[in-house]
Amino acid sequence: MKKAISEFFKMVLILLAGKFKKFTMRFKKTKTMKDYMMVYYSQAKSARLTGKKVAWITSGGPVEPLIAMDVIPVYPENHGAMIGASKMGGHLCELAENMGYSADLCSYARSDISCATINGGPIGGLPRPDMLVCCNNICGTVLKWYEIQARYFNVPLFILDTPFCHTEYTEEMGRYVRAQFDEYIVFLEKACGRKFDFDKLKEVGHLSHQGQLLWQAVLDTATHKPSPMSAFDAFYHLALIVTLRGTQDVLDYYTWLAGYMKDRIARGIGAVPNEKYRLLWDNIPIWHRTRWLSEKFASHNACLVADTYTTAWCGALKYIDENNFIDSAAEAHARIYLNIGVDQMAKMVIEMIDKYDVDGFVLHSNRSCKPYSFGQLDIQKIVERERGIPCLMLEADMTDERSFSESQISTRIDAYMEIIKERKNKK
Amino acid sequence: MKELTQLKKVVSHPYAYIRKYKKQTGKKVVGYCCSYAPEEIIWAAGALPVRLFGTNENIHLADTHLQSYCCSLVRGILEEALDKRLDFVDGIIFPHTCDSFQRLSDIWRLNIPEQFHLDVVLPVKLDTPSAKKYMAAILEKCRKDLGKALGKDITQAMLARSVKTYNKIRSLAGKLYELRCANPQIISGTDFHAVIKAAMIMDRDQYLKILTQIVKQLQKAKPRKTRDEAKRLVLSGSVCTHPDIYGIIEDAGGVVVWDDLCTGYRYFEGQMNEKIAPLKAITARYLKRVICPAKHMELRGRGENLIRLVKQSKAQGVVFLLLKFCDPHAFDYPYLKEMLEAEKIPFMLLDMEAELPPVGQLQTRFETFIQIL
Ligand code: SF4
Ligand code: SF4
Repeated sequence: MKKAISEFFKMVLILLAGKFKKFTMRFKKTKTMKDYMMVYYSQAKSARLTGKKVAWITSGGPVEPLIAMDVIPVYPENHGAMIGASKMGGHLCELAENMGYSADLCSYARSDISCATINGGPIGGLPRPDMLVCCNNICGTVLKWYEIQARYFNVPLFILDTPFCHTEYTEEMGRYVRAQFDEYIVFLEKACGRKFDFDKLKEVGHLSHQGQLLWQAVLDTATHKPSPMSAFDAFYHLALIVTLRGTQDVLDYYTWLAGYMKDRIARGIGAVPNEKYRLLWDNIPIWHRTRWLSEKFASHNACLVADTYTTAWCGALKYIDENNFIDSAAEAHARIYLNIGVDQMAKMVIEMIDKYDVDGFVLHSNRSCKPYSFGQLDIQKIVERERGIPCLMLEADMTDERSFSESQISTRIDAYMEIIKERKNKK
Repeated sequence: MKELTQLKKVVSHPYAYIRKYKKQTGKKVVGYCCSYAPEEIIWAAGALPVRLFGTNENIHLADTHLQSYCCSLVRGILEEALDKRLDFVDGIIFPHTCDSFQRLSDIWRLNIPEQFHLDVVLPVKLDTPSAKKYMAAILEKCRKDLGKALGKDITQAMLARSVKTYNKIRSLAGKLYELRCANPQIISGTDFHAVIKAAMIMDRDQYLKILTQIVKQLQKAKPRKTRDEAKRLVLSGSVCTHPDIYGIIEDAGGVVVWDDLCTGYRYFEGQMNEKIAPLKAITARYLKRVICPAKHMELRGRGENLIRLVKQSKAQGVVFLLLKFCDPHAFDYPYLKEMLEAEKIPFMLLDMEAELPPVGQLQTRFETFIQIL
């Protein structure tokens, strides 16, 4: 059984990795991303057999306490990305629409909701959860989505409510979020039927912090010219910091990856062979078109060197005290990129523009994700005012490929690149 | 009824009423867009809380800040603000609700600097001890911040007075709902809607007086010859900014006997305890009232409430009014629908874009639905 599952995964992951073929081929390592993900998903899928509990958790949720309790965390959003990358989003979304869910809702949510009822998608559905952990620091969608799954699977739901920090993180908020970490622990003790292991949490908290630092180190290599990696590479390698945060595997992999990138720098190898233009990406990738977009920009000698999305997994590092996981986790979870005001987001974008020294800013206006996308037009205005670089907004959806107009987007990118080139040549 | 005429005038030209009111009283006006805005505190401070409904007409300024997939309510409110049509507003208060309003607050703060701006970041889940504590703390913070913005110390006595007024308004509105539910003919749907809407616009003391009169007269009114055949309906959704709906439903042979709208019964529901500290009483009501789908309480609470409303009001069907691009309501619809199906309660879904479909077309849709009841 286990073998069959793992064979199956191998197939799926090879399929998915095909999207990043150019990248994986260059990679020679005993344990690849594919291996890690395969082991991870087959362990999760066989939890029933091994007697482990499975929790579904949102991408920005505190996973460390779960790992400390030996619960396998599963991320519907990561699953959503896989669904998108394998171009199965449109079909699954349509099924959800037949169930009565509006086509204007987040496509991760739509595809996950329908996928759960048919065990469809690229990996035959996620393993059934024993509990659900929802942190609303990314959006209000996850609250509704997890309520739906809690009704469907009839399992306990824990909500970590992180008040939105429009302009400030107040004392009241701090007390509230901190108190919920205690409630979270009580919830886990009840769901697992045993005492919480605080020593283990310390260890996991430490690993998680290290993992985030290493992820930051990987992303930082893109400051070099030419950049050894592109945002599309980051989209691919992100999977581990999302799904295995808090484990040694993350450290092993990103230590190697950072070294690999540094080696490329030393040898002067860039992600885009003739890097002339450097761009910054905003919002979730268009999963069903990553490869096409990557090639499209590369054909203009443009490299998307960084993005606001993958940076979010190390964006709250400044609030983390690795020796005091729980107390600092409250603040770190409340103050992530999507849970702050538009002006603060713009400030972070400008910091990235300077840090990575980019020539342009490409914004994916993502129909699925309202909290990420509303405010983008203001961020664009602020960037244009403060840094004077050209911006391009592309309207699409991260997972639902049905309305994507390749020719239209292609034309827009061509026109945009002309502006970038002209501006740079003038300098 | 002259009181009714007065209210209808306010509702059809709310901004004219408010401008005049400001001139006459010198009071400050605080705008809000959601029934979780702690109005009681605003009114206690001697300012007029005014609910903003936005516009559907001639949207162009808001489009430079919000993409096409934003609900018409958020877009319409921003349009009016950017177009300086809300210049009578001294300040705006944003309680935390959905993702779209969350971002509207940011956009507002960055683009409309001439008004004071207050975020009241309420908890999203309401059913745990820490959430309750946080709610109390955040409303106390709101009291202080609002006092600062209005240059006033909002005292216990001021709050207590406001709580009393709101309790009276809400209990009278509840009576009005009951009267109309028992005898839908005593007041037309359109007029009823005007009475409800005025509660969110007018000077609350003045409104209380008028409402008292209206309820008194309706209590005496003999129902006109009953149209027995009119099918009884409950409206469910977020905001009903189209007063025409009531009339169209009536022309199609139905009558709205109750609602589950945030600009309807959900706004009036629940009394505050006048025997405890007023802020505590205000907090308790916000924690207890039937939730909006952007908040979390019980997993099936909204469905159970809807079924209860249908049964209590002896309604024969439910009409869902869902605003396009409204996530929280759209996520709840399938489960509400399922619960209604299990109870064999017929329902229909009306997706509302910024513009309603032509009246004729709407009426046909309602007629088709009403015929099966
Ligand atoms: S894509 Fe946006 S709306 Fe969907 S789950 Fe992620 S953060 Fe929430
Ligand atoms: S709850 Fe719905 S209707 Fe109300 S503002 Fe949010 S998205 Fe718009």
